[in-house]
Amino acid sequence: MCLAVPMKVEQIYGDPDDFTQDQIAVVNMDGVGRKIRLDVVDRWPEVGDYVIVHAGFAIHSLIEEEAQKNIELIREMASHMPEELLLAGDDT
Amino acid sequence: MKYIDEYRDSNLVKPLVEELKKTLTRPVRLMEVCGTHTMAIFRNGIRSILPDGMEIVSGPGCPVCVTSASHMDAFIAMAEIPGVRVAIFGDLFRVPGSNGSLANAAARGAYIDVVYSPMDALELARNNPDDTVVFLGVGFETTTPGIAATILAAHHEEIDNFCVFSTQKVIPGPLEALMQDPELNINALLCPGHVSAIIGAGAYQPFVEQGLACVVAGFEPADLVNGLILLAKQVGSATPKVENLYPRVVSWEGNKRALAMVEEIFEPTDMEWRGLGVIEQSGLAIREKFQKFDAEKRFDIKLVPTEEPKGCLCGAILKGQTVPPLCPLFGTRCNPSTPVGPCMVSSEGTCAAYYKYGRDDS
Ligand code: SF4
Repeated sequence: MCLAVPMKVEQIYGDPDDFTQDQIAVVNMDGVGRKIRLDVVDRWPEVGDYVIVHAGFAIHSLIEEEAQKNIELIREMASHMPEELLLAGDDT
Repeated sequence: MKYIDEYRDSNLVKPLVEELKKTLTRPVRLMEVCGTHTMAIFRNGIRSILPDGMEIVSGPGCPVCVTSASHMDAFIAMAEIPGVRVAIFGDLFRVPGSNGSLANAAARGAYIDVVYSPMDALELARNNPDDTVVFLGVGFETTTPGIAATILAAHHEEIDNFCVFSTQKVIPGPLEALMQDPELNINALLCPGHVSAIIGAGAYQPFVEQGLACVVAGFEPADLVNGLILLAKQVGSATPKVENLYPRVVSWEGNKRALAMVEEIFEPTDMEWRGLGVIEQSGLAIREKFQKFDAEKRFDIKLVPTEEPKGCLCGAILKGQTVPPLCPLFGTRCNPSTPVGPCMVSSEGTCAAYYKYGRDDS
């Protein structure tokens, strides 16, 4: 399911060019910190940027302005959705 | 927040619907190829606002639904090998093969873990050194980069009790093959949002050369209706091109880091799709260099040709040739609690969408 809520990046670990080490960001989603992977993100984010996450991997990073245009509205959509649809993984 | 209004406010969507009516000068029969679009179109009642002359057909955009019964059988056989734990995305659990599902195998004692990310499967391997953890890779371009990164991590960490059964698939080639079917008669494509984040909007250029209008769109009502307007305009003026309505997430050339990661680990291979048969170079296999992470090689699993579940029309539905209400099992013997075919099991399947949102709408 591609219900991609942009998540705010709070911490970053790793080096974009060194795949022998973990490339991880801690993102904030409604107050909860979650670790996601940065291995395949299109642009290495900075703290404060947003990322779109798919099955635990950031696939795209956005600056705050771009993300804000989308975030509330997607959250709103999500609140109408049954739990099972929000489980990631079954995605296109 | 004011941005919600920009996409959701009916004051905005209504004029868009009016605009769509005005714009439509020639019949449009469009295919959407993304399970998330299928659900968003139903959830937001987009079908009910379509003007006469515009038709939406759902294509093969749900990865679980296009997983063949013979692959499901192989997954089940894999899960029943002693010492194997399979890790899956949740939607796969109840998908029928030719004889039962992974859920049945679990009931017989197979170890099946539902994970959120392929990295969670690698974590399972770390925590269970005596078992071999097999991740069942089912997905399109959006999922493949993460699986590639997980294999690379296993390689660097030398985690030997981890491997992947890849049935990863690519969208554009099979879609092109599907478009050759003259009976389908599609003249426009609503292109998937997040697959396109990886492959880029440019990947649809070959469809334009075939005369198809192409728009990449997001998932909100205003996004979707806007997409329909642009498609109607292109068809009306007979000027097909690729238009990108989702530039916040989708670029023309796609996500190069992800594409490079996929290229390093995977190579194209022929792949069987449920309903569509084997399509040349439409799947991804693990390269020889990483073959110790290839579950099919490690366990010498062979695919056995199988029949579709009896009476199920999923094959025709995935090709846009029919709609779920025309399936005699729809809503009676086949429903979300007792699904017969994968299109009813997956939360993104066309039959599940019709059942949930559109039973009066065929
Ligand atoms: S309604 Fe059920 S049996 Fe009929 S096509 Fe859909 S999944 Fe198959």
